Amino acid sequence: MAWTREDMARRAAQELRDGFYVNLGIGIPTLVANFIPEGINVTLQSENGMLGMGPFPTEDEIDPDLINAGKQTITELDSTSYFSSADSFGMIRGGHIALSILGAMQVAENGDLANWMIPGKMVKGMGGAMDLVAGVKKVVVIMDHNARDGSAKFLKECTLPLTGVGVVDMIISDVGVFTIDDNGATLTELAQGVTVDEARQRTEANFKVAEDL
Amino acid sequence: MKKPYPEATSALEGVLFDGMTIMAGGFGLCGIPENLITALRDSGTQNITAISNNAGIDDFGLGLLLQTRQIKKMVSSYVGENKEFERQYLAKELELEFNPQGTLAERIRAGGAGIPGFYTKTGVGTLIAEGKEHKDFNGETYILETGLIADVSLVKAWKGDKEGNLIFRKTARNFNPMMATAGKITIAEVEELVETGELDPDQIHTPGIFVQRIIQSKDLEKRIEHRTTRKQGE
Repeated sequence: MAWTREDMARRAAQELRDGFYVNLGIGIPTLVANFIPEGINVTLQSENGMLGMGPFPTEDEIDPDLINAGKQTITELDSTSYFSSADSFGMIRGGHIALSILGAMQVAENGDLANWMIPGKMVKGMGGAMDLVAGVKKVVVIMDHNARDGSAKFLKECTLPLTGVGVVDMIISDVGVFTIDDNGATLTELAQGVTVDEARQRTEANFKVAEDL
Repeated sequence: MKKPYPEATSALEGVLFDGMTIMAGGFGLCGIPENLITALRDSGTQNITAISNNAGIDDFGLGLLLQTRQIKKMVSSYVGENKEFERQYLAKELELEFNPQGTLAERIRAGGAGIPGFYTKTGVGTLIAEGKEHKDFNGETYILETGLIADVSLVKAWKGDKEGNLIFRKTARNFNPMMATAGKITIAEVEELVETGELDPDQIHTPGIFVQRIIQSKDLEKRIEHRTTRKQGE
C-alpha cells in the first residue's frame, strides 16, 4: 500500500509553517491546499499575479479575470493582493517565498530537477518553474516514484533538460520521503507497506537510509 | 494628438509591417487584448515575432494568428495549451524562444525602463544559460539576460481614460503593465473608456505616457480555459 496522490499531498502539507508564503505548482501540488494543518496560516502565491489565493469559486462566483497559474478559476480572500508578473517574479526571484511545491519528470541525487521538456516530443515550456526553483528558499517535489513504464525517475543524473541545478530539498513520492542536502540523498520516511528494499529497487539514485527506519 | 480610436482596426492603421515584433499581454486567455488580436489577424501582417507569455489556444488568442501562419517566431514561457503550436514547432514551421516566465517579465520591464541587460540566477546550468555571459556575485553564479522592446505592444486593461491612463483588474493585469512600457507604440483596449478625470489618479497602474492609442473593447468573449468550481457550502 504505497501512498496515494492525496497521501503525498497530505505529507507535503506537513512542511508548511505558520506565516509561510507558499507557491504550489500545477497537478498534485495544488491538492496540498486541501490539507493545510489546523492552526497553520499560510498565504498562497499564484505567479500570474496574486497573493492570498482562495478556494475554487461556486458557479455564480466565477470571474474570467480571476485565475490561478494553472488557468483554473479561483476566488480572492480578504487578504488578497494583485500585482504584475514582474512584481510576482520579484517576490519569487528575490527570495521572499518560503516554499515551493512542484512536480517533476526526473530528480537527480544531487537535487537537479527536470520537469519542463522532452526533446523532440513534448514542447510545453518551463513557465515559472525555473524562476521558482532558483529563487524560493525550499523546494519540495511531489511525484510518482516511477514513470508509467516503470522506469526510475529518481536518478543518479537527469537525462532530460534541467529546470535547475541542485535545487530540490525534498522528494515526496508514493514510496516515501527523501531529503537532499550537500551530503546527498537520504530516505527519511517510508510509505505504509513499502520496504527499504522496494525503495532501492525502484530508485536509481544513491541514497542513505535514516537510522530510525 | 488624440489617443482614442473608434475601434481596433483603425487603431492599428499605419503601425503594422511585415517582420515586425509585437508584444501581446495576457496570461493564458486572461487579460488578452481580444479585439486587437482579431484586427491584427485581419490586417494580414506577416512574419510576426510575437512576445507573449502563452500562445493562446488553438482557436482563440494568439492561436488565431498561428492558424493563419502569420507568426514566424514566438517568445514565450509556456505554450502547452496550444496543439497547433506544438505541431508547427515540431514540424519546424515555427521558431520558438522559451524564456522562464520571470525572466520574460523582467526582460520586458527592463526594456521599457531603458535597461539593456540584467543578471539573474534563473536558468543557470540549464539550456537557457547556453551562450549567455556568466558572472559571479557574492559567490553565486548569474547569467546575463537582455531587455526586450517591441515595435507595437497590444495590451488589455479594465478601465482607461482618454489620456491613456490604465487600471487593470485582478489577475488580468499580469504582463500588461510591463508590455505597455516596452512598446515603441502601445495600443490599449479597455472595457470601459472614460473621460479624463474620472479615474482616481492614485489608483492608476499604467500612466498614460506609455499608451499612444486606446480603444474600448467590443463584444469581449473573456473565455475561461479551466472552469473549476466548488459546490455551494463546500
